[in-house]
Parts: sequence; structure tokens; C-alpha cells
Amino acid sequence: MDTIIDAFFNIDIMRQATPLLLKGAWVTLQLCAVVILLGLCGGLALALLASSRSALLRLPAFVFIDIFRAIPPLILLILIYAGLPFVGVRVPPFVAVCIAFLLNNSAYFAEIFRSGIKAIPRGQMEAARATGLSPSQAQAWVILPQAIRNVLPDLLSNVVEIVKLTSIASVVSLSELLYSANMARAVTYNSSPLVMAAGLYLLLLWPLVRVISRFQRGLSISH
Amino acid sequence: MTAAQPLPTLEITALEKRFGETQVLRSIDLKVQNGELVFVIGPSGSGKSTMLRCCNRLEEPTSGAIHVSGKPMLGIPRKELDRMRLQVGMVFQGFFLYPHLTALKNVTLAQRKALKRPRAEAEARALEMLDKVGLKHKADAMPSELSGGQQQRVAIARALALDPKVMLFDEPTSALDPELVGSVLKVMRDLREGGMTMIVVSHEMQFAREAADRVVFMDGGVIVEEGPPEEIFGNPKSDRLKAFLSRVSGEAA
Repeated sequence: MDTIIDAFFNIDIMRQATPLLLKGAWVTLQLCAVVILLGLCGGLALALLASSRSALLRLPAFVFIDIFRAIPPLILLILIYAGLPFVGVRVPPFVAVCIAFLLNNSAYFAEIFRSGIKAIPRGQMEAARATGLSPSQAQAWVILPQAIRNVLPDLLSNVVEIVKLTSIASVVSLSELLYSANMARAVTYNSSPLVMAAGLYLLLLWPLVRVISRFQRGLSISH
Repeated sequence: MTAAQPLPTLEITALEKRFGETQVLRSIDLKVQNGELVFVIGPSGSGKSTMLRCCNRLEEPTSGAIHVSGKPMLGIPRKELDRMRLQVGMVFQGFFLYPHLTALKNVTLAQRKALKRPRAEAEARALEMLDKVGLKHKADAMPSELSGGQQQRVAIARALALDPKVMLFDEPTSALDPELVGSVLKVMRDLREGGMTMIVVSHEMQFAREAADRVVFMDGGVIVEEGPPEEIFGNPKSDRLKAFLSRVSGEAA
């Protein structure tokens, strides 16, 4: 029993690792803010293209969505970070992570937005257009507000996934939470910093997870 | 010397509509004068809703012409079409209020975004129109808090607030519980007395008898017969109209 506590829940080691882990948590938060924002914007743009009436716009959007939903984001990240220098493009770790996440997240967010848009009855668009609103005005003021409200739980679930996924940035030596914790583990030869990192993720995500399940309960009651 | 014919508020000329192989409308001609209420009846699938939806190009006509106060609806750039649509109010069978906006916001949205009216003016106009349909006290209600009849009246206010030249009603009471139909018909009657030009596709034959200036009977994508309501209902000429009327009165009995 003592061995387990000593190996995973060592208070002394956790105390030593705290400054490093907090720094890592801060990097993770910054990274999340940037990649979530990028993913939401990219996803919305893709969803609008994918919902377009013109096949010329729709087709490339679908190809993009399918490709980047199928490629593991870790491969994307390593390709960008370690592969691009061979063609003369050197990107810093933070930027590499942002690009990889933009490609991957936009595809996921696009699917969520698109399903929301698709679920809005055709009459809503017709009513809006019949009152002289242009197609983009109708999207902005009539379709999207309803679509986004309908898929809010899915959007939030995806945000949770993204926050957890930012830990893959550790493979390109970005000193985010997991990288920092793993450093501390290597130096102290003890797994407690990793447990602490998991605890910090839990602390960060638990409120969000609560909100989502409340949402889903609320929806199932009102439907 | 004959007096010059007044310019029709809505003029449909040689309108054709095909969906793939199916010919839904064939050479429809219809003139609606200012202040006139034209009632369109006919069996389902006769093309009456499609004709109505062609008037503001929710359906794209295959050929023909539509003019609103002499201005063409077809063959114009999209921005011009958006402007023309402001002059053609549409009321749908399914209401289609925006469920995320209050009744007031439903009525102000297009005024603000399409007509570019300032907020205060749009809201004043919206309240005036909601008052007209008897729902000023529901201005802050969400559509989900309103009955079907109330939703339809807000939808009428939404169209009226844009000062249309003509109002199109596509089976406005078909989705309503029987006890709510009267409130919507009353609003339409008030509109008619106020001089609004209207085309109504509906199965409310009693309303057609009382309120219509002219009744148009459609079947199989053509206008079979048209005339004043007393002629159409009292003295139908074509066999198809006779058969339709006996079927309808059979249902009502």
C-alpha cells in the first residue's frame, strides 16, 4: 500500500512539481483557447460551404471533412512539425499544433454545425427569403442561431475532446501540461506528477462535463 | 374611346412549371387588381400552391412572366429580387415563425435587415401590426408560447410590417384546430376591408363566398373556371368544378 502511495500520490514530489505543472497548465489553456477558436471558425465556414446549393462549393468541403476526420491528428502533427522542414518550411511547435488542430477540428466542428443546419425545416429559410432577406442574412439571423442552439451539447462535447487531445502537443516538445508532467516524472523518477496532471485535467473539464450532461437531460425532458 | 386599363397589382402571364417530367402548371394567366381578393380553390395537386409560390419565386417558374405593379419578378438580379419580395407578403400553412425570437422580433427582423428601418421605427411598426392582428399584448411571447392561430396572426403581422402591395396566403388555416380558424379569418377579413390586395389558396369555402371578389378554380395545372363567388358556387359550368364542389360539400356534411 505504501509503495502505491509513494509511487503515485507522493505529496513531496507533487509539491516540487507544482510550479512546473502550473506553467504547463497555463500553456495548455492558451493552446486550447487558440485551437478551439480556430476550429469553431474553420468548422463554421466549412459547414456553410458543405450546406451550399452549389456542388462546386459543396464537394471540396466534403472531401476536406472526410479526409481530416479520418487522419489521426498525431500523424498530422508530426508531418507538419518534422516533415515540413524537409521542404524548407520550419514551423515552431505552437504553430505546428495550431495547424494540425485547425485541420482536424474544423472537420469535426463542421460535421456538428452541418447536422444542426440540416435539421432546420426548409420553411424557415423560405419564410426568411420571402420577407426579402438575402441568403446570407437568412443564414446569419434565422438558420444559424437555431442550428447552433440545437447542437450546443455536441459542440461542448467536442471542446472537451479537444482539450484532452492538446496533450499530443507534448510529442513536439511544446511544454504544455503533459510534457511538463512527464519531465517532472523523468527527473524525480516518480509517477506522481502524471497523476497530478490527470487531476488538473479533471479539475478543468469536470464543470464542462457537468454542464453537458445537464444540457442533455434538459433536452430529453423538453422533447 | 376606352379608358386605359389600370395596371394590375399582380399579373401572371403564360406561367408554366415543370418538376422534371411532371407538368404542374400550364399556361396560367391571372390578373389581380388593386384591392381585389382572389380566392383559389381546387383539388390537392391541382397546382394552386405552386402557382402562389411562383409569384414570389419560392418556386422557379419554367417559363412565363410575373409582374408586380408592372415590375418583373423574373429575369432580375438577386438583389433586385430581394427588394421585389418585400412587396409580396407570404403567409404559409406551417406559419414558420422564427422559434428563437419573440413575436416582436419576428416582426422587426426583416424590417431592420432588409428594409434597413431604424430600431425604434421598426418596433413601433411591429407593435402597430401586432395590434392589428389582436396580439399586441403577446409582443414579448416566444412562438412556442402561442397557439397555432396566434402564431399565424404573428406571421401575418410579420408580412404586413414590410408594407407589401399584395399578400399571398397559402392554405393559412389548414394546419389549425377548427376553433382557432375564426381568429385568422377575422384578420384576413379586416385586411380586405382595409383595401389589401390578396390571393388566398384555401379550402374555407364559406369564407370564399363571403369575402372573395373572384374565385378561381384550378385543376390539373390549369385555370378551369373563374368568376364571382356566386357564379362559381351557385352556377358552376364545367363538369370538373361541379364534381369538385359536390365532393367538398360532401366532406363538409
